[in-house]
Amino acid sequence: MRGNGQPAIRAERVTRLYKMGEATVRAVEDVSLEIAAGEFVALLGASGSGKSTLLNLIAGLDRPTSGAIYAHGRNLADMNSAELARHRGHGIGMVFQAFNLLPRMTTAENVELPLRLAEVNRDERAARVREAIDRVGLAARANHRPTELSGGEQQRAALARALVNRPAILLADEPTGNLDSATGKEIMDLLREINRSLRMTIVMVTHQRELAEKYSERLLLMRDGKLEADGARS
Amino acid sequence: MKARDVAELAVQNLREALLRNALTTLGIAVGVASLVAMLSLGAGLQHLANQRLSQSGLFNAVIVSPRNNFSNFARAAARNLSPVSTPRPLDDAARREIEKLPHVVEVYPNIRFPTEIHFQGNSYPTMVAGIPMSDRTDSAFDGMIGRFFSSGSADEAILQSELARQLLAAPSSASNAPKGERSSGASSGASPALTNEEKSLLGKEITLRYAERQPLAQQPGSPSGADGAAGFSLVPQQMTLRIIGVVETEPASGLAGPGQGRLLIPEQVAEKLSAAQSSDLRDLLSGASSRKTYQSLTVRAAGATDVQGIESSVKDMGFSAFSLIDVTRNLRVVFAVFDLLLGIFGSLALVVASLGIINTLVMAILERRREIGVLKALGAADDDIKGLFFAEAGVMGLLGGICGVVFGWLIGRALNLGTNIYLARLSLPSVSVSLVPWWLVFWAIIFAVVVSLAAGIYPASRAAKLNPIEALRYE
Repeated sequence: MRGNGQPAIRAERVTRLYKMGEATVRAVEDVSLEIAAGEFVALLGASGSGKSTLLNLIAGLDRPTSGAIYAHGRNLADMNSAELARHRGHGIGMVFQAFNLLPRMTTAENVELPLRLAEVNRDERAARVREAIDRVGLAARANHRPTELSGGEQQRAALARALVNRPAILLADEPTGNLDSATGKEIMDLLREINRSLRMTIVMVTHQRELAEKYSERLLLMRDGKLEADGARS
Repeated sequence: MKARDVAELAVQNLREALLRNALTTLGIAVGVASLVAMLSLGAGLQHLANQRLSQSGLFNAVIVSPRNNFSNFARAAARNLSPVSTPRPLDDAARREIEKLPHVVEVYPNIRFPTEIHFQGNSYPTMVAGIPMSDRTDSAFDGMIGRFFSSGSADEAILQSELARQLLAAPSSASNAPKGERSSGASSGASPALTNEEKSLLGKEITLRYAERQPLAQQPGSPSGADGAAGFSLVPQQMTLRIIGVVETEPASGLAGPGQGRLLIPEQVAEKLSAAQSSDLRDLLSGASSRKTYQSLTVRAAGATDVQGIESSVKDMGFSAFSLIDVTRNLRVVFAVFDLLLGIFGSLALVVASLGIINTLVMAILERRREIGVLKALGAADDDIKGLFFAEAGVMGLLGGICGVVFGWLIGRALNLGTNIYLARLSLPSVSVSLVPWWLVFWAIIFAVVVSLAAGIYPASRAAKLNPIEALRYE
């Protein structure tokens, strides 16, 4: 664990069950872990292993069936839906495989969206949007719509959007899944740069082991909803 | 999220599916237009009826008579037949006092007296009525033959059409029309031939013979002094009047006296004649003073709503008073029900339009599932999502309301135009059947927004409840 404070994320015997008709799916089962502030962690596993479900539980988009998740010491289970929304808006940044930029908005408008939701003053917004876009190297494309951007540029824009509220934790769900390997590498370099320069905790879901091993400091391997291995990069 | 951001995002979202949202907004506009057109018709007809009724002089008039006057309408007020010690005389002092009451526009005596007129060698018994100059705008004079009095003191006469026909039917009449066409006083409606005959009377002179009431000279030794001298003499007099018009009926304000006035002369002229009236005999018998009193006065109020106050003030002064205020009250009930029904029918279109809003927003949720998931992942609370969909419904309602008011106003103009073309063909004066008052503009827009927001409740709460994980997974 880095730093003197609490772990950025702590999961205690977290289980998430889904009902699928008569059957019960154990998407996440009895997972306990701690992620220190500033760590770059990769969650590895095959499709359906429960890694994205765990990521969503950490994000506060979903609630565990049992167990508890703490973000910087605060139990997410104690939060009502408005507090969870605030947790997502201020404490968490998210990037997705499909980028999920809103197509009718320009890059700058997409990046501004979390600031609108967090009710940041208009005067401050412009500066923070510019700063986030500069950081991902997309200044020249600030006024372009997502359809006018390449896949790599879209993921950079999504990354700028995730960073603009200066969250402590960045959750990335297959961030390179829709990109060619060269562009994927650029995005991974960017994530590492952010992790190092901003001391931001990053949890990245991926099924590309080589990427995980190259960029992350710690690998968490999931299989059938359970945490199978937890170890530092060799 | 701040209201301005919600509004900006809502407008941006609406612009995205422009055609569908424009059609939904148009649906609201049509609903509001039908509501506005219906209610403007109600407001217009009510205004027209009020205008016509106030022109008829029926609804802003209070008829004042002394308490001992049992004739006509005073009868109702005088049901309490206990002997009245000394009823207050309706004299000049009382008239001046009534004139000073608030909202009183005019007070004039209702003068009508029996007379005999001479015209081209024949004489006709008839009833004279004094007409105030303010009756110029009375609907009774709409479409009259000839014109209204040139001034209050003009020696001019307007004939009631029945009298005009009597004059025309006389054997020595100067009319050139064939005798077979004359209907000897029967009210057979104004056929064009008859109208032309009546026109031939204009400008001719008639002689009016009447009995002038002159106070008796002071009797020496009278116990009650100058005022107490009871009695008067009747002196036959005559004057010449020029016929300037023929009218179908006496103005309705003539409800103040017995019999129908058939020869109308300016009220000031009638007053100056000081002709003996039917009440004079009773005054004589009841031992009233010879001082001039009025049989009854008409008090003209500024508006129909002032009538009740004036009526009770006059009663407090010790006179009988009568008005048709109850009739106007009933009329208001009729119009309130009329407006309600028009409003209900007008609102039906808006209800249909609100279903359009629900449909559009539910479609928007399906299309924007993923976007809702992204917004939630970025920190949007359920209330933010709800607010966004509400705002979209509200913006559609506002725009639809504004457009609807404009459409409704245009429909009203078209109704006015069509009605007036029709009336012009019938040679009737033009009217305004549709009226869009400011309150209607304001409330129609508010109503459109409220209905739209109500229509947005279901889609907005459905959007807010959307599971973000499922929404993000949605392709």
